[in-house]
Amino acid sequence: MSEDDAVSVVLFSGTDDKLGAAAILIAGAAAMGRKVTILVQYWALDAFRADRILKDHGAAQEAGAEGRAAMERQGGQHWSETLRQAKELGDVSVHACSHSMEMLGLVMEDLDPLVDGQEGVASFFLEATGSPTFV
Amino acid sequence: MTTTSDITRSIDARGMPCPGPLMALIGAIREGSVGDTIEVISSDEGSKTDIPAWVSKAGHRLAEVDQQDGFARFVIEKAR
Repeated sequence: MSEDDAVSVVLFSGTDDKLGAAAILIAGAAAMGRKVTILVQYWALDAFRADRILKDHGAAQEAGAEGRAAMERQGGQHWSETLRQAKELGDVSVHACSHSMEMLGLVMEDLDPLVDGQEGVASFFLEATGSPTFV
Repeated sequence: MTTTSDITRSIDARGMPCPGPLMALIGAIREGSVGDTIEVISSDEGSKTDIPAWVSKAGHRLAEVDQQDGFARFVIEKAR
């Protein structure tokens, strides 16, 4: 696989709509054989806390009441499950941003096992190739 | 037309949003053996492009696509 085939994603937002959209994108990339490197920051990292991952994280403001209702109507599996499948079927790694870990007062044990480890941005860019997709 | 007796495993993924049906297919392919014939029934519009794209990329064979009213039926042969 060439380096150009790799995908890098930065998860910043902690709402279920954005995490859901990102998980679908990541699962699709993994299914098509792309290597995916993910950095989880800020509110997205908070959503990866083991004790909160399945709780309702709401939707971005632009969703409005109608958008939220549409999401509920569609149902489907939780984004964490989609991400778990993506990791099972491809080369997908999830890294917690150490700056955000410190800001939120988190240690690795606080996070869902979906997160493989903690690293700084420089090591993320050492592994990730191409421009990151920011969600 | 593949007859029911040729199908090793059938997955009714109707109502499952994208990429659910594809993920279910990938899981079934992984668990199966070479030569198995897997049927996926999907109401997700994305499956129409995603399932053929993945099957081609992964090196399997799309034996049949049967468009019905409100859903499509895909028959895939595990080739490797």
